[in-house]
Amino acid sequence: MRVMAQMAMVMNLDKCIGCHTCSVTCKQAWTNRSGVEYVWFNNVETRPGQGYPRRYEDQEQWKGGWTLNRRGRLALKGGGRLKKLFSIFSNPKLPAIADYYEPWTYDYETLTNAPLQEHTPVARPKSLLTGENTKITWSANWDDNLGGSPDHGDKDVLLKSIADKVKFEFEQTFMFYLPRICEHCLNPSCAASCPSGAIYKRAEDGIVLVDQDRCRGWRMCVSGCPYKKVYFNHRTGKAEKCTFCFPRIEVGIPTVCSETCVGRLRYIGLMLYDADRVLEAASVPADQDLYEAQRKVFLDPADPAVVAAAEKAGIPRDWIEAAQRSPVYALINKFKVALPLHPEYRTMPMVWYIPPLSPVVDIVRDTGYDAEDRGNLFAAIEALRIPIDYLAQLFTAGDAGPVDATLRRLAAMRSYMRDINLGRDPDEAIPAAVGMTGEQIYDMYRLLALAKYDERYVIPPAHAEQAHSLEELATECSLDYEGGPGMGGSGPFGESSGGSVPIAVENFHMLVERQTSDTIVDPGDKELRVNLLNWDGKGKPEGLFPPRKDES
Amino acid sequence: MTGTLFFVVLPYVCLAIFVLGHVWRYRYDKFGWTTRSSQLYERRLLRIGSPLFHFGILLVAAGHIGGLLIPESWTEAIGVSETAYHAVAVSLGTVAGFCTLAGAAILIYRRRTVGPVFSATTRNDKVMYVLLIGTILLGLGTTILGNLTGHPHDYRLTVSPWFRSIFYFQPDPDLIQAAPIGFRLHATAAFILFAFWPFSRLVHVFSAPLGYLTRPYIVYRSRDPRLGNRPAKRGWERVQ
Repeated sequence: MRVMAQMAMVMNLDKCIGCHTCSVTCKQAWTNRSGVEYVWFNNVETRPGQGYPRRYEDQEQWKGGWTLNRRGRLALKGGGRLKKLFSIFSNPKLPAIADYYEPWTYDYETLTNAPLQEHTPVARPKSLLTGENTKITWSANWDDNLGGSPDHGDKDVLLKSIADKVKFEFEQTFMFYLPRICEHCLNPSCAASCPSGAIYKRAEDGIVLVDQDRCRGWRMCVSGCPYKKVYFNHRTGKAEKCTFCFPRIEVGIPTVCSETCVGRLRYIGLMLYDADRVLEAASVPADQDLYEAQRKVFLDPADPAVVAAAEKAGIPRDWIEAAQRSPVYALINKFKVALPLHPEYRTMPMVWYIPPLSPVVDIVRDTGYDAEDRGNLFAAIEALRIPIDYLAQLFTAGDAGPVDATLRRLAAMRSYMRDINLGRDPDEAIPAAVGMTGEQIYDMYRLLALAKYDERYVIPPAHAEQAHSLEELATECSLDYEGGPGMGGSGPFGESSGGSVPIAVENFHMLVERQTSDTIVDPGDKELRVNLLNWDGKGKPEGLFPPRKDES
Repeated sequence: MTGTLFFVVLPYVCLAIFVLGHVWRYRYDKFGWTTRSSQLYERRLLRIGSPLFHFGILLVAAGHIGGLLIPESWTEAIGVSETAYHAVAVSLGTVAGFCTLAGAAILIYRRRTVGPVFSATTRNDKVMYVLLIGTILLGLGTTILGNLTGHPHDYRLTVSPWFRSIFYFQPDPDLIQAAPIGFRLHATAAFILFAFWPFSRLVHVFSAPLGYLTRPYIVYRSRDPRLGNRPAKRGWERVQ
């Protein structure tokens, strides 16, 4: 047994209202620079829908993730090392910008400097790639709330097997939101695809990161990741991906997407797992067994043998305690209501989801029956095969069993807790029907409905004796790094060349640059960009308006 | 005098810049060390042009290593006559050269006509293109002209010994002075290209990821010793 710790997340899809706050705050924190305009480390997809980039789940096309070769051994679906090196000059499986969308801004300046005219001046969309006028035809959430789905709803990859049953007619449709970040997999295929070895998994907390100094821009990680959560910065020529907000995690605060989540649907906690069993679990022959196989890789942090092994592996005591209190462990292995996203990619993803009961509840309620009643809900779960088959395509490689069991547990919690809330005697037959006790149901209810900040996010900080040099604390002078202050502007070899700069400092300078620039786009010069999102509405930042003639 | 300037001073200066430039760039600018791929913008033309150019130029490079570094006496010692060597070199070299040139033509056409690719082209790139394509054209032109006129020059008796003499630190410019003007221009252009090399995107040649063949698939790395992304300050180093 080789115990390793992994920072993991669970999202409760029942609570997601699709407000995109997580996406926007993440973008402001991490990808508000040129070159990554189209990059969404966090995005929210409406399901059924195509996702972002379009149809990324079609691995027959993109060849992401792992597969079993003829001898039953785990192999990269996109081809092994030699094949990668021979196709290095033109990556055959790289999504084009059209599969994402062409980033754009608006010519806001026209609004202020247009001459007096009969018609209101308009701000025309300008491509951020060329600076030319452009026509907006797609975006990161073009099919939000099933928008346009009568036209292209059938392009959802998961509908291939159940397409004839799903109707995109308003009264018959079902819909839910799926927020996605990097999965920080136990068996990351992006890292395995990287020719330069620049993508690594941090030994302490399992966060998967790209070493920007070692990345050489071969783009194989973008193809290798089946979730398409590694992006290519087209200005710096380097891969970038979700960092699980490691500077925040290191000091014990949750990621930006979790912190700002309006529905409070995200849980962050530590998982202990047996690194020796990962390969074996990722290689089980049947796709549908992968969910169970991965669950068995996780170790019970309360087990004294596990604790002893973890201490031997050098995991600090407070981390083990955090793993014991981990909400993620409770949701995955204790209550068994969280499921992995697309386990069939065999990457052992570590951002799990509680499937939404709401499509079922909505339908029961719309038909006029009591949507809290156990009998009605169980019958509906039985009858509503289409949403359940769809969820099974997402979370269990098509096996409806675990989805069904999960939804029954959630339904049981609804009815059981309603009795308690209404002051009736709790019906112990309800938890028994789903193999739980009333106590367990109540604990699950606490975690899903009431859990406060420090119960949802159990994040042991990196160790205090190292804290002075952690990214976000900056107890040292924030300008005190190699190269000194005077950061700003490009190095001699294109955008952002030169030594790396602490992230907090970099973001600060980015912000200042944005707020003090006044033209829309000039790919030759990243400083010339105005971003109203960065303006807090107070005062008049320099550069918001072009200089007056008499001033200049 | 011009011989010494162009074929002794220039090579040493350029090689010094080439070596020290790479060391300096690697130390100062690891972040800028990339292929700066533009595949995201356009892939149809790149799919043909880029492999054509890259595999072509790899062959050309291999041919140059063979032609410049291996003395004629060695190949003759193993029974390869000059005519046989020349026939193989010219035929393979011309094919590789044309692949390279065709690939480069497609890539340059793409760079000029595809909007996003064009706006991502820096001044540095343009200088690099002029030097690189100029050198390729001079080399290919010299080979073809020499062979068309019927009596090709045996560069392995002039250019190659001169090239090797640079590395023995006994440079003999008279050797290359005996070669036709095409060879001399090609060599000069190549050395200027070498001097520009470390400051251009061509540095990606030296990051050919051969280590990928032997390393394990998943790389684990510890957060130590550089916490955050800054080095520990003096006096704050971790206790081992």
